[in-house]
Amino acid sequence: MEWGDDIYTAFKDAGIDQVAYVPDAGHKRLINACIADNDIKAVSLTTEEEGIALSAGAWLGGQKCVILMQSSGVGNCINMLSLIETCRFPFVAFVTMRGQWHEFNPWQMPMGTTTKLALETAGCLVDEVEDPADVGAKAAAALHKAFVGQQSTALLLNQRLVPVKTFGK
Amino acid sequence: MSNRAESFPLHRRDVAKTILDASDETLFVTGLGSTNWDFTAAGDCARIFPLWGAMGGAITMGLGIALAQPQKRVIVATGDGEALMGIGSLATVAVQAPQNLTICVFDNEHYGETGMQETHTASVTDLSLTAQGMGIKDAATITDDAELSAGLDAIINGNGPIFRVIKVRAEPLDFILPSKDGVHLKNRFRANLLGDNAV
Repeated sequence: MEWGDDIYTAFKDAGIDQVAYVPDAGHKRLINACIADNDIKAVSLTTEEEGIALSAGAWLGGQKCVILMQSSGVGNCINMLSLIETCRFPFVAFVTMRGQWHEFNPWQMPMGTTTKLALETAGCLVDEVEDPADVGAKAAAALHKAFVGQQSTALLLNQRLVPVKTFGK
Repeated sequence: MSNRAESFPLHRRDVAKTILDASDETLFVTGLGSTNWDFTAAGDCARIFPLWGAMGGAITMGLGIALAQPQKRVIVATGDGEALMGIGSLATVAVQAPQNLTICVFDNEHYGETGMQETHTASVTDLSLTAQGMGIKDAATITDDAELSAGLDAIINGNGPIFRVIKVRAEPLDFILPSKDGVHLKNRFRANLLGDNAV
């Protein structure tokens, strides 16, 4: 999951101040890099929708915040994304996908198969990346789209990028 | 139906004005919905970001501002129903422990915008104890003018995070509405705080 380093580099290049996250195996390397960085405020959330409002607040206060979550967490965010759409806050989520590739847990399929549609319905511009070599460039593009282009964006990190979970089965 | 809240001595419009007038510097997020009307009545201004939606988001929105502006006092003023919908936010605030964040829950024990149905605080839920359990050590309940006067300095200047439940009377009041144009509200807040170039 060295691609996490490429996203971290994109964060530093874009001057990201706050990184909100819900703990996630796919984002583990990136989360740890952000926690270790004294210039980034890493904010652990109890639910993903907190991060939407946090991100808007950071922008009101003059900072840039991004959100890391899993596809299941996108489902927790839908009404809160109305804040982003109505006020046209810049927004960017990095979403590790489940329900796409060697998924062993059927409970991950509903959000895994509808994440893109759900985000687009909520006014978000969605891009996806499957090749680890493209992650850094696509992350930088998403950050630019959000904070320079002032758009609501998400980059979906295909499940082929994250470790296959089995719970020993 | 018990309605003890109709006898609470504090009037929410007076509380809002007392807190707003206590400092020229404080930044506010006001939650959906009665706290919006209270602070608009008290003096609509660019230091206030009123939420017309995003129910459950007021506290973490205030946290985002507080982390970005550690030199400024940020006060989240919201209702009991709105706070309950984002109750996990209190744990998130407690972990971050911003010294400049105060959360004031105007608790009338009812959902004011939807027909005055009782919230959970009308019967068994104590939000001050909840905040303490979440890890916000300085959490207390204010029930009358004397307690508000004595506690005002802590709300404005105290070492945060600070959480106050302010028990306010359940009463019918006129709607005093701020702008509902979210882009305008965002831009006026940023221009006031960060300068015209921020818009």
